[in-house]
Amino acid sequence: MREISYLKGVYEAQRAEMLRDDRVFLMGEDIEAGVFGSSAGLAEEFGRARVRNVPLSENGFLGAAAGAALAGMRPIVDMTIASFLYVGMDQLVSIIAKATYMYGGQARVPLVVRAAMFYGGSNAAQHSDRPHPMFMGVPGLKIIAPSDAYDAKGLLTTAIRDDDPVMCFEDATLWARKAPVPEEEYAIPLGRAAVKREGSDATVVAVAGCVPHALRAADALAGEGVSIEVVDPRSLVPLDTAAILESVAKTGRLVVADPAHRTCSAASEISATVAEEGFGDLRAPIVRVATPDVQIPFSPGLEQRLYPTGERIADAVRSTLGAVAAR
Amino acid sequence: MELTDERLIEMYRRMLRIRHFDEAVEKLAGRGLVPGAAHLTIGQEAEVVGACMAVRADDYMVGNHRSHGHPIGKGADLKRLMAELMGKSTGVNRGKGGSMHLADFSVGSLGESSIVGSGIPVATGAALAAQLSGDGRVSLCFFGDGASNEGAFHEALNLAAIWRLPAVYVCENNQYAVTTPAREAVSVAHVADRAAAYGMPGATVDGQDPVAVFEAVGAAVGRARAGEGPSLVEAETYRFHEHALGLRIPASYRSEEELGSWLERDPVPSFARRLIERGVLDRERAERVEQEVRAEVEQAVEFAEQSAFPDPAEAFEGLYSPRVPAAVPAARAAHEHEGAHHA
Repeated sequence: MREISYLKGVYEAQRAEMLRDDRVFLMGEDIEAGVFGSSAGLAEEFGRARVRNVPLSENGFLGAAAGAALAGMRPIVDMTIASFLYVGMDQLVSIIAKATYMYGGQARVPLVVRAAMFYGGSNAAQHSDRPHPMFMGVPGLKIIAPSDAYDAKGLLTTAIRDDDPVMCFEDATLWARKAPVPEEEYAIPLGRAAVKREGSDATVVAVAGCVPHALRAADALAGEGVSIEVVDPRSLVPLDTAAILESVAKTGRLVVADPAHRTCSAASEISATVAEEGFGDLRAPIVRVATPDVQIPFSPGLEQRLYPTGERIADAVRSTLGAVAAR
Repeated sequence: MELTDERLIEMYRRMLRIRHFDEAVEKLAGRGLVPGAAHLTIGQEAEVVGACMAVRADDYMVGNHRSHGHPIGKGADLKRLMAELMGKSTGVNRGKGGSMHLADFSVGSLGESSIVGSGIPVATGAALAAQLSGDGRVSLCFFGDGASNEGAFHEALNLAAIWRLPAVYVCENNQYAVTTPAREAVSVAHVADRAAAYGMPGATVDGQDPVAVFEAVGAAVGRARAGEGPSLVEAETYRFHEHALGLRIPASYRSEEELGSWLERDPVPSFARRLIERGVLDRERAERVEQEVRAEVEQAVEFAEQSAFPDPAEAFEGLYSPRVPAAVPAARAAHEHEGAHHA
């Protein structure tokens, strides 16, 4: 099978859905030019009405997307950098997330909001956010966080077809990575995790860019005779807790890796759920591997050591195995 | 749209509906039957109805926190609105929205938003949908003087202008954002002056005169429908009650004299007098309209009072659109804890 990049997977999902459904259109800053490549050439193909540049007014254009969705269209809004979401927070939280429920089922908000987690590239505190957990605390939003090109294409396709607002957190550290992806369209259901590697000694639930790190950790630990199962939730809301609990029931140990800040991270939520519902299966304390609760600094030497890595994940797994030995 | 005698009488009828509806709300609230904060339209009926009658039934409309009148102005059934205000399961939002978040999609009301200014981008987006689909609809957006200071107002008008959207922005300038006077909080003499910044027409009209509002909004609707883009109409009006029912603001921010001068120009009786003077309405017909509206409101109250409260389990329903997600396979769904995510 041919290999394409994560970003190309995003592009293919958008293009296929625009061909399939006239109501689908793209909005975003500089989207015609396609700065990062996910919309390159789409303005020429579909015209400027359906591939719309917007002025710098995040709250205004997110609200306009919400209104268009309420009136039957299916907008995809490319926010580019995830921290720009904060500028549109009022529309996201008070309108987009709430309209379906608050208006008693009269409203549908078929809207996709794409946001890149643009960390690890010396863009400092305001451009390096991984804010998916913030939105997990807002009922009404569905949240996907694909970790490879295959999932990016399949999950985004589902998101565009969904009648509810879906936020797609793209991990920009993965944008250029290639994976085998079918040319034809396919849809990956939301709320279904993928076991990215099977194993028996410990479960690593890894979110977004942490998935390749977890796979590297699994390779390293295999050399030590330790077998790791890597579970990628793929969608954070709805969350496939059953798949996570199933894996923990098999391995008895859990490490959760998430590029977000540690406090109230996706890792925190997953850990709490397993502690509540899978406590009897645990043979060691759960360990979270996340970004410490400090701002992201500019200088590469300061920034790079903050995020989860394969080594940190491997160390966390070793600690859960050690906890057993110590018993 | 031409204002025939029958349309003028309909205009009066809708104004009267809003007045009697909100008077009933006030009474019900006094009996503890309207939970939460309720913001009455009383005093602003003329601008609401004048604007609503200048659009078609299938045109979009977005309201704000003071919005009992908007769906009524657009022709909504009173029963389900009243039931909503009382938190009943027969409410137009099934008891999920209440006074500040009424929506009645059957009359084009896409919903009201109680975060001041946040409905303005939404109305703009509905206009974008109309333009993209080419269905000829117009989007009517109501907001207050306070909202015109929000970034959302400026961002949305800019979007509408650059895209020449079929949107009509109606500023209901009731002079105060809660207690803060527009004369102190708005940088220009008239909110309509702000239209110039976005290259669109702006007009200020007497909001207590429904015909003046109808004409100004009608001209804006005509422009929008012809593809000539958005307009801003400012209707100068006044709320006769406190900001919200039950609120007792200690400072006197409005003088007795000011309030008195607006009460003298109460839009409902003055429009009735005008229609009678012009021979559109005689006393007998005026009384009949009044009786019909009273009966309608009484029926709405009765319907609402007799309706059941929603089952508490309904709190967990409707977080997402009704289409059952194919997300979780049945075998796994059985393991899922009961939660709204999978509802």
